[in-house]
Amino acid sequence: MPAMIDIADAQKTFTMHLQGGIELPVVRGVTFHVNPGECVVLSGPSGAGKSSILKMIFGNYRCDSGRIGIRHRGAVIDLATAEPRQVLNIRRSTIGYVSQFLRAVPRVATIDVVAEPLIVNGMSRTDAQARAGELLHRLNIPERLWQLPPATFSGGEQQRVNIARGFISDLPILLLDEPTASLDAANRAVVVELVAEKKRQGVAMVAIVHDDEIRHLIADRIVDVTSFAAAA
Amino acid sequence: MADQNLVENDEPLLVAKCLSKSFGRIAACRDVSFSLYPGEVLAIVGESGSGKSTLLQMLSGQLAASAGHVSYRMRDGVTRDLAALGEAERRFLFRTDWGFVHQDPAQGLRMAVSAGANVGERLMAVGWNHYGRIRDTASDWLTRVEIDVARIDDAPRTYSGGMRQRLQIARNLVTEPRLVFMDEPTGGLDVSVQARLLDLLRSLVAELHLAVIIVTHDLAVARLLSHRVMVMKGGRVIETGLTDQVLDDPREPYTQLLVSSILPP
Repeated sequence: MPAMIDIADAQKTFTMHLQGGIELPVVRGVTFHVNPGECVVLSGPSGAGKSSILKMIFGNYRCDSGRIGIRHRGAVIDLATAEPRQVLNIRRSTIGYVSQFLRAVPRVATIDVVAEPLIVNGMSRTDAQARAGELLHRLNIPERLWQLPPATFSGGEQQRVNIARGFISDLPILLLDEPTASLDAANRAVVVELVAEKKRQGVAMVAIVHDDEIRHLIADRIVDVTSFAAAA
Repeated sequence: MADQNLVENDEPLLVAKCLSKSFGRIAACRDVSFSLYPGEVLAIVGESGSGKSTLLQMLSGQLAASAGHVSYRMRDGVTRDLAALGEAERRFLFRTDWGFVHQDPAQGLRMAVSAGANVGERLMAVGWNHYGRIRDTASDWLTRVEIDVARIDDAPRTYSGGMRQRLQIARNLVTEPRLVFMDEPTGGLDVSVQARLLDLLRSLVAELHLAVIIVTHDLAVARLLSHRVMVMKGGRVIETGLTDQVLDDPREPYTQLLVSSILPP
């Protein structure tokens, strides 16, 4: 089975021009792969570059050198050198990103925020909303909130809306940036279940989780990011 | 997040090649090249005097370039050089397949005639002549831009700034253009009015599969609406790429300065 993500020798340095051009090395020699149906958890202390690696795989941070191979519609595309349009296509049909924070769009109802990724990929609004409703139920967002924009929700509620939005699609790659960070035990358990379901569907996942118990429950493999530490 | 419109393997709608413009000895715009695809939203950002408005005027055929070309794929699928179009052809393009949303609605609207006539005028220009149908379509568009249909017979000079801007958008979109140019469309509006307008623009752009070239100095506007951004300084494009990439991982000193100048939300 070919890997869904195959990263080889990827490197990232920030150059801070406003601070006299200081070079801030983030990671180097990043090399690992992720197979379908596998959840790889990145480990390492804060500041080791876990989130940066996730952002590089999503194309949000640029990669200075190396290769980020992504299996997209049967072909392997190097995200490190892909054109913007190609990256957008990959995000639409291959890679999903679940961050800790919801970038709320004013005035859009919660149910539509969650359903949007399906509608974008051609599902009817009714069907998409039905699936969004199921997920919101599972994540314990009461139905009376579904028609409201999530901007006014509590941090935990917003995070659950974001998780629902991230897990609703049938994308073959998911990147999870602390999906359980501020959730209670019941909702953490739901997220663990959702990850297990994605694995059964063959989804390749890369996750950052600080909670040891959750990490133990979802990780098939752990990649220690400290070995990619760029500071010489 | 506005990535719903992009289809793979299509042809560009508009191509700019090595566009430059000098006013006497001042080079307002230097060597700009890019391609815009159907349904793609491109933001041009930079400070006043960076050349972004000059560029927009060249792209929309309102200002002749000193060097370089702009070509556009017409509705019949044939790509034409804008400079080679006759005046009548260019005007027709402007009335049908293109829209132009000005920062000041008074520039894009006729302030003394009714809102309905402002929207209907563009339809008449493309040959509509049935009064009832024109009025129905105008009412429909007022509703889509969230203007109370009861105000259809009022002139936009009686409208608030936000309503005027929404009316200008309706007037532009009624002919179902494929490309809309926008020059600081939210400039000069209150923050709450701005948010509503942005939200409206965002959904209309997605629904109508519009290609947009938007000039803005507001990076939050670029982030919310655009797929790609070009950063301009001193008439040149100094950085370009995916919007979230350029804003979250800016490379050039000037882009870093722009990004670091945003107040946190």
